[in-house]
Amino acid sequence: MVEKIEQLPSGNIHTLSLLVENKPAVLQRIAGLFARRGYNIESLAVGPTERPEYSRMTVVVRLTQRPVEQAIRQLQKLIPVIEVKELSPNDKIERELVLIKIKTPEKNHAELRAIADTYEAQIVDVSPDALMIEATGTAAKLDALEERLAVFGITELCRSGAIALERGFKTLAPPHLKEG
Amino acid sequence: MPSEKMTGAQAVIRALELEEVDWIFGMPGGTILPIYDALFASEKLKHVLIRHEQVGGHAAEGYAHATGKVGVCMGTSGPGSTNLVTPIADAYMDSVPLVVITANVATSLIGSDAFQEADITGITMPVTKHNYLVTEPGDIPRVMKEAFHLARTGRPGPVHVDIPKDVLNLTLDFEYPSEVRIPGYMPRLKEEPKVAEAATLIRSATRPVIYLGGGVRTGNAFAEVFEFCELVGAPVVTTLHGKGAFPETHPSCLGMFGMHGSRYANYTVQGADLLIALGARFDDRVTGKLSTFAPEAKIVHLDIDPAEISKLVTATVPLVGDVKELLPKLGAAVRKAFDERGRPDLAPWWKKISDWREKHPLRIRQEGEKYILPQTAVHRIWQKCDGRAIVTTGVGEHQMWAAQFWKVSKPREFITSGGLGTMGVCLPFAIGIQLARPDALVVGIDGDGSFQMTLQDLATAVEHELPIKIFVLNNLFLGMVRQWQELFYDRRFSETPLADLPDLVKLAEAYKCLGLRARTLEELDPVIDQALAHQGGPCIVDIRVKRQEKVYPMVPAGAPLNDMIGGE
Repeated sequence: MVEKIEQLPSGNIHTLSLLVENKPAVLQRIAGLFARRGYNIESLAVGPTERPEYSRMTVVVRLTQRPVEQAIRQLQKLIPVIEVKELSPNDKIERELVLIKIKTPEKNHAELRAIADTYEAQIVDVSPDALMIEATGTAAKLDALEERLAVFGITELCRSGAIALERGFKTLAPPHLKEG
Repeated sequence: MPSEKMTGAQAVIRALELEEVDWIFGMPGGTILPIYDALFASEKLKHVLIRHEQVGGHAAEGYAHATGKVGVCMGTSGPGSTNLVTPIADAYMDSVPLVVITANVATSLIGSDAFQEADITGITMPVTKHNYLVTEPGDIPRVMKEAFHLARTGRPGPVHVDIPKDVLNLTLDFEYPSEVRIPGYMPRLKEEPKVAEAATLIRSATRPVIYLGGGVRTGNAFAEVFEFCELVGAPVVTTLHGKGAFPETHPSCLGMFGMHGSRYANYTVQGADLLIALGARFDDRVTGKLSTFAPEAKIVHLDIDPAEISKLVTATVPLVGDVKELLPKLGAAVRKAFDERGRPDLAPWWKKISDWREKHPLRIRQEGEKYILPQTAVHRIWQKCDGRAIVTTGVGEHQMWAAQFWKVSKPREFITSGGLGTMGVCLPFAIGIQLARPDALVVGIDGDGSFQMTLQDLATAVEHELPIKIFVLNNLFLGMVRQWQELFYDRRFSETPLADLPDLVKLAEAYKCLGLRARTLEELDPVIDQALAHQGGPCIVDIRVKRQEKVYPMVPAGAPLNDMIGGE
């Protein structure tokens, strides 16, 4: 009996790096593909690259049923997608940015500064009854910071979603785009 | 080519001429008027005024199916464009090369909910291979070039180009690019297909089956497939779109397998130790319950679309590539393996298959039956056409009877809607096929439900004097749905009887077609003869068939392929 259907343990998280054409509606195409093929997007961050005609997307997906290769092949079929690659946990630098606003009396500010220092975070806005902290790092580090600040009551929070690049000299661009 | 000043609309028409389009299927409207005005001046392009954009889209599909060329259709903004969504989705599911051109409201109006505005590129995005909203007139030549290139290369599919009205009216310097450069659509360096590995599997298999899909047709690989099948000597089964990929009159061919395939074809697939899938995608209508599909078989899967490999069934040896190019290489490797290590003995396997074929044939139980059986009608039409017709169908029971009893021996001669299962395609497909192949005998096998979805375009067929013959297997039911109600919903026929069907003979006459009717077996043959002899315009034949007849055998949805009901 040949096992033909691949079952994955639930909640496999993958970081995909995409090089795409910087054109209108490309984000819609990619997000739409994930939605209708049943892939769950955890986060999606996008911005222009060193070459303005291309954008880079970092998509963190949670796959419960299908192997990540399927998602990659479907993405590669999209015409504006130049290359897609899964970044392996050991071979990537991944970062996220968070802004956290805390409504708190001035007397707590010193303690919050100390916490921010521990997490290499910055205080970016201070008013008599509130302050805002900016931090970057891995998702796990930001989760920890959030947890630590929760006792003060988080008023508002905004996370960017992960961006990631491969370590070392490798690049995502396929051979036919590398020359020149 | 020196550049030339012209409007966006003229550029669209010029591009269509340069792509050697002959027929365009469409309907004008306020927004697309600039293109129609430019078309008026074209001496090369021929236009078919259809009565509903959906029909235009399907007719373009029929044209593409019959020729392998790109079908072209047009519609205006808003409803003109949304009416095209069904054929676009149909073409996407069946990999039909199509270029769809729509106009949109002027750029200054886009997003304002203007009259006849629709975000049609947003709507068609999930059902096109690619689509474009052109906002710069200077982009039109490149976009048109890319659209045709994308539609016809790789895994073919529909490409949609939407152009706002003001962009159609602006002037540009027309220069048609000689080549296409799309960074995301260039061949990626992949590992060499493991042809030798596949050949080893084929050499060692004692119960191989060759499974042909629509990719053989889209890849124009009939000769290559025939040679390969002869070499391997394995039984050949096909999907609905694989019909004609290998002659069904050939003794190796077991015909269609799957939900309404024959018992012997399904038993053969389930008993295989190797499946060689060529240009096929393991659709649920052929696999039945996936976890029980061909349980002992290793899989060699050849497909041009890497995303189809191991999408549903894991390939033991994947072969990504063009079937026309790659299959001869596989054949050579197989021949080498046979020469070196001898052919496997397939005689016991063929013995088993012959027993199944003898014990469970596709039968027509007309004898002693008062009414015309739909299977009899299909079989008689097929006999009288002497295998020289291109047949097309709607979607429903009649489609499956046609698939079971119309033996196709040549490629592109069985044309139907598979993946999307679009009712109403028979007449539009027939229009497109007949225009593409004016000398061919074009026969439609339709159902009464399917026919009523697009019958207004009889007018189009009459206008172009198309001698298409549409045989309506009339059971006064939405038959396939009724069959499911009978089998799985305790015979509760909720909204499936088609009461008050119009008199199809009078309806045909009202449209200036020949209308014929057969109620009894005695009337059937003469009516078929009369229809086939009719020239100068369409003929509609109302064949009253037994109302209760069902399509058997049948694999209930979600059941294993060899767990079939009926048709014993």
